[in-house]
Amino acid sequence: MSDSNLESKLSDQKSRMSELDLTQLKPYGDILNDGTIQVSFTLPVEPSPEAREAAMQFAHKMGLDQVKIATMEKAANGFAFFVVYGNTRHTVDFTEIHVVKVKAKKRSRDEIDEIIRTQIGRKLVVLGACTGYDAHTVGIDAIMNMKGFAGDYGLERYQWLDARNLGAQVLNDDLLKLAVDEKADVILVSKVVTQHNIHLKDLQELIKRADELGVADKMIFVAGGPRVTHPMALECGFDAGFGVGTKPSDVASYFVEEYLRRQGVSLEDAQETEAEISQE
Amino acid sequence: MAHLNLDFAKVERCRELAQQISQSVEGMITSHTTVGIERATLRMLGVNGAVTRNGQFYPEVNAIIDELQKKGQLASGVMPLFVNGLIQTGLSVSELGREVAEGRIILTALPQALRADIDNKAIELTRTSVSRLVAAREKRDGLRLELKDHFDAEGKNGPLLYVIVATGNIFDDVVQARAAAQAGADAIAVIRSTAQSLLDYVPHGATTEGFGGTYATQENFRIMREALDDEGKKLGRYIRLTNYCSGLCMAEIAALGAMERLDFLLNDAMYGILFRDINMKRTLIDQHFSRRIIALSRIVIHTGEDNYLTTADAVENGHQVLASQFINERFALNAKMTPDLMGLGHAQEMDPEHPNVFLLEIARAQMTRDIFPKSPIKFMPPTRFKSGDIFYSHLMDAMFNFVGVVTGQTIQLLGMATEAMHTPLLQDRWMSIKNAKYIFSGAKDLGADIRFEKGGKIESWAAKVLDETLSHLEMINLKGLPRAIEERAFAEVSRRETGGKGHDGVIVRSPDYLNPFFDLL
Repeated sequence: MSDSNLESKLSDQKSRMSELDLTQLKPYGDILNDGTIQVSFTLPVEPSPEAREAAMQFAHKMGLDQVKIATMEKAANGFAFFVVYGNTRHTVDFTEIHVVKVKAKKRSRDEIDEIIRTQIGRKLVVLGACTGYDAHTVGIDAIMNMKGFAGDYGLERYQWLDARNLGAQVLNDDLLKLAVDEKADVILVSKVVTQHNIHLKDLQELIKRADELGVADKMIFVAGGPRVTHPMALECGFDAGFGVGTKPSDVASYFVEEYLRRQGVSLEDAQETEAEISQE
Repeated sequence: MAHLNLDFAKVERCRELAQQISQSVEGMITSHTTVGIERATLRMLGVNGAVTRNGQFYPEVNAIIDELQKKGQLASGVMPLFVNGLIQTGLSVSELGREVAEGRIILTALPQALRADIDNKAIELTRTSVSRLVAAREKRDGLRLELKDHFDAEGKNGPLLYVIVATGNIFDDVVQARAAAQAGADAIAVIRSTAQSLLDYVPHGATTEGFGGTYATQENFRIMREALDDEGKKLGRYIRLTNYCSGLCMAEIAALGAMERLDFLLNDAMYGILFRDINMKRTLIDQHFSRRIIALSRIVIHTGEDNYLTTADAVENGHQVLASQFINERFALNAKMTPDLMGLGHAQEMDPEHPNVFLLEIARAQMTRDIFPKSPIKFMPPTRFKSGDIFYSHLMDAMFNFVGVVTGQTIQLLGMATEAMHTPLLQDRWMSIKNAKYIFSGAKDLGADIRFEKGGKIESWAAKVLDETLSHLEMINLKGLPRAIEERAFAEVSRRETGGKGHDGVIVRSPDYLNPFFDLL
């Protein structure tokens, strides 16, 4: 193959990706716009040629073409498990997508301490809890406890935060009573285990009670947990929501900036439009 | 099986310290009773019905004990009053239980029989109750024999496959449990509804709604045991059943588990104090009585040391796990349990990105095996560093299974690829069992074929953890257990002797306290 041939071949490859049309976005398998998707599910029937055909028809109804049943396994008596590949017919317009995100610039613990020291001049009081029936403290512990998470120290370690982890199964009323007594600036609520969306009811109930007590606007309410998203938290009346993988400094970056914004202080490098702390 | 070259003089010293530590609360345990113990006593005698309160079932034992507690009549135990009631009315245990619970008979208003007659009748009734528990145990053991059960506490037959079901509805749980058994599971744990540990009563009857799990009730125990008996006979394998013997109803759950032939109970001497903020005295007193029942019924307990690793750093906290295992072992011995009933717990929870993480995990798992050679070690899967990346998660579980089989763990709680997302789907459990069967078979004899490098990374880590454990136990012994817990000896949590839930249910025994179960269990 001559050099010029090779070059034209390479530029061909480049142009393949330049054909990407964001208004008609599709999943990528190994060729642009192939729309390849993988799904797995169980049907409550014994594995059989009929079960395989049923899986095939489900995949078609999901909008998949060229369906391949990669495997059909007997998961138990009367249960067939499938792994299925197919190419989707559907596209989405990526240019029309707008996601509400937490607005804050990501800062380090030292930077955050320094901002509180110089701009606020007193410790911010932060209360954290797992509320309602939830007994799973892994999330709130990761954010609050000294040790922190993934090398990012917890809020208790911040010199200019008075951070208290109230632990599990804290009642909304008890949390708010303490928040009022302690003049809390920030309330962090973690929700891990749920059933029938009880976590949403609990979160809404907290804000309702805070409203009744007249403190809903005086404190910054932050929700966190594997099922929590920022838009969902906003819908529940919270000020922000954080999902899995959030680090303590992400949360602190947010509430420090939010606190100052409410005081009418705008940091020079505050994040007004685009988020750096992205949550799904 | 390859063994670590541990300094067993230090291990012995740890055991001595654990004994001294248990002595610091022994007097407190033997001089008190609790509302939970008195309720468990009535349940074993045969009071197991419920009354209706506010449209819900409320156990007769609670109705009876609430009333006596309100009157301050529990210092002698429920036994003298209840047995006197039997003598005075001529009713059966269950009839009297019902009448008193419904308020138609007031125990304290009855004429008083001679104390000697009460004592004799109490002993006779307790003997009958104990023989019922023994019969349940023998029925369970008979079924194990019939199905050629090959469970070995020392883990010589490879790890047992243990999975959870958690639908909230006992009837859906049965479907999931049968499916898991068919896929190859050896033991089924029915996860409890979250926060049941804080209920000061055991819900009654079959239940179909729960949060993150299914309520532990006597009827739910019976339904699941019956299903597993049936499934086990079809499969030709004995399938074990697990539930949670922790929280405010620790003693009662032990009694119900004994009656309904449970095989495993999660039961930890300190878990309730640290992780559920249940009163320290209440927990220590209740755990002792629950373990007396467990010892008689020869149920295997699983202790909760995995929790020290999920709430704090697992690389740094190995010594808390081992220290707690020594303490759990000692409290179990004090309750007449034998080492083959002590499923001491730990977990593979270190940061997967930590360099040489598997060497450290192997060191931890192997030292647990070597220090407690007769005990059925319970090994818990990664949870803390799991995310929605189910493919990576499945790989983490595979490595966990590998460590488990190489180090001879006895009971392997299988990890789920969807751990961080939802309670397991049927397919999640199937995939997890397939993963474990592959690795347990493929690396079956690897542990027997390897040796640990003397002074190598694995041995050095184990030696370091043992040293830290010894000094941790020295510190706890110096302070006494209550003060040590107050000063954050475990899980970075501080609890006070008089704080936490359920303290009002702790009662000082009077000199004439009567409960023959303490002698006959």
